[in-house]
Order: sequence, then C-alpha cells, then structure tokens
Amino acid sequence: MVLWGAVVLAAAGSVFLYQRQPARQIETVEAFQPEFALTDADGNIRQSEEFRGRYQLVFFGFTNCPDVCPTTLSEVAQVMDDLGPDAAKVQPVFISIDPERDRQMGLDEFTAAFHPSIIGLAGDDVATRAAADSFKIFFEREEDPAAPDGYSMSHSPALYLIGPHGDWLRQYTYGTPASEILADLKSRL
Amino acid sequence: MRNIFLGSLAMVLFASAAQACETAALGDLAIGDAWSRATIGATRPAVFYVAITNAGAQDDALTGITTPAAAMAMLHETVVKDGVASMPHAMRVQVPAGQTTELAPGGYHGMLMQLASALNEGDSFPVTLTFEKAGEVTVNVDVLSLRSEGPTCDDAS
Repeated sequence: MVLWGAVVLAAAGSVFLYQRQPARQIETVEAFQPEFALTDADGNIRQSEEFRGRYQLVFFGFTNCPDVCPTTLSEVAQVMDDLGPDAAKVQPVFISIDPERDRQMGLDEFTAAFHPSIIGLAGDDVATRAAADSFKIFFEREEDPAAPDGYSMSHSPALYLIGPHGDWLRQYTYGTPASEILADLKSRL
Repeated sequence: MRNIFLGSLAMVLFASAAQACETAALGDLAIGDAWSRATIGATRPAVFYVAITNAGAQDDALTGITTPAAAMAMLHETVVKDGVASMPHAMRVQVPAGQTTELAPGGYHGMLMQLASALNEGDSFPVTLTFEKAGEVTVNVDVLSLRSEGPTCDDAS
C-alpha cells in the first residue's frame, strides 16, 4: 500500500518534471550536486568533496526512530556486505536531522551497530538545514507529547545515490529491497 | 579494536535464529510472529511487531499494548505521504474478520519507550495486547538482531 503510494508519487513526480522542464533543463537537473559540511562523531567537519571518486549512499534520519531508520540502515548494511570487494567504492552516509539529541545519545554507536562502514554526521541546525536543502529533501520537527522528549521528526525516507563526481544520480524510495539497490549499484561500478 | 568489533559483528550475523515463535489464542484470534529488534542501550525506543489472524466472523480492533519491558508502549503507524515519512499515534488497529493483520516494518508498529533495560538479541519479553471485543492476551516477544527485517519462525508447526 505504502509502496504503491510511493510508486504513484514517483511516477507523478517524473511526469510533473517532464512536463515542466524542457529537455535542456533536464540536463541541469541531472547535474545537480548536493553539498554538505557536517560534524562527525569525533567532532571533525566532513564535506561532500571529500568523498569524490566513490559513490555515496546518503540517508537522512534520526537515531530515536524505531521503524523507518533501522529498516533502511539494515538494507544499506546488507548492500555493503553483499558488495564484497566493491564495497570500497561505496561510502554510506547517515545524516542526522535531529543532530543535538543524536550527538548526546551517541551517533557512532548507532551507525556502527548496523555496519562499520557507515559514517554518521550531525551538524548544527543551520548546516543540517543547508544539507537537506541541497539534497532537496524535507524534514520537520513535530511536537508530540507522547513521544520521547515531547517531539518526533518527520522526514523524507528515501536513500540517495551520489556519483563519484558528486552528481545526484537517483533515489531509492523507502522500502526498496537491498537486492535491487545492490543490482543497480553493481551495474554502475 | 577493529578486529574485536568485526569479531562481534560476525557473531551477531551468524548467531542462530532461535526464535520461539509461540502462537497465542484468544477466542477467534491467533497472535503469532511477535518480534522486536535489539536496541543500543535503553534510551532509544524499541519496536514491536506481530501478526494477528482473525478467524471469526466479527471484526475486532487492537486498541493498546502494555509490557513490563517499557514504561510507555503505544501503537504507531509509519505513514509515507507526499514523499515524507511521519509516525502518527494509532488509536486502534483494525483486525477485520477473516484476515491476518500485521504490525510490520514500514506500517503499524508498537513503539516501546522508557525501556527498563536494553533489549539484547536472544532475549524475550511479554507484551499484553488489548482488543476492543476479545479482551486481553499476553504473548512472548523474541528479540532479534538489530538488522532483522522480519520474523524468523520456521513454519514447520
């Protein structure tokens, strides 16, 4: 049900894009390069340029999320395991949209529990918003008295593939099986 | 350090899936495939998934869950709308007659907050489910690996 919704949305989105953009501008869309400069768990600023030469699998989320985030990170972990020697060509990156709380709770222990190759980033609010805008993704804090600390986060749950030159290549919608992500990556490596 | 970590990771990956997979019965309802994921410490919420088969002719609804493992347990639904995922509180989960209703990744789930202690792979804990009509029933929930994507019951029974 949710999956079909995503498929319909994706289809509607591409039709919209197609109708709205003349051919020349579609090339512009393909060439967009998301950028970020965010702090890792050791306090170092990590920038998008650092990962040139490798593919990046980028996911936005928060570590207090019990359903969506573990599901996607488990899939990323499975993909990294199944890539074998090609895993060196792919860098998975988890960007926190709830950076202050995630830094307090421990970013590294969260990402490492899924896979040691995943880099967790949690910048300040301004840098986080800038990164999300650059990826053209949405996130928002939702006040919820019943949630831990009185709030939850809603966010774009897709996984984004960035190419070795920093170009945005595609998104894998939430729920894409690890086997499909793996097959797509292998066709590119 | 790295070797120690990889070693423990390998143990997690190769640990046998010893899920008890009990099925509890409550009138026309059969409740099974109850599982959860291991947590990192006790400060982040845990999750609860289950399958409920209603073999009767009357619709029912799951209205609440409680467990000694968490001070606060609620039903939530992951909703992906216009490309954005949110997790509203679900007041009730319909359990229609003649159907199996699943709390599963990406849909309805129980959110277990204020854990008494971390959930470790291989643990199990009880959850009491309250239904609008059928009443209450308690099932044992198996804690699987953090990376599990579904229950690992052998359907040999």
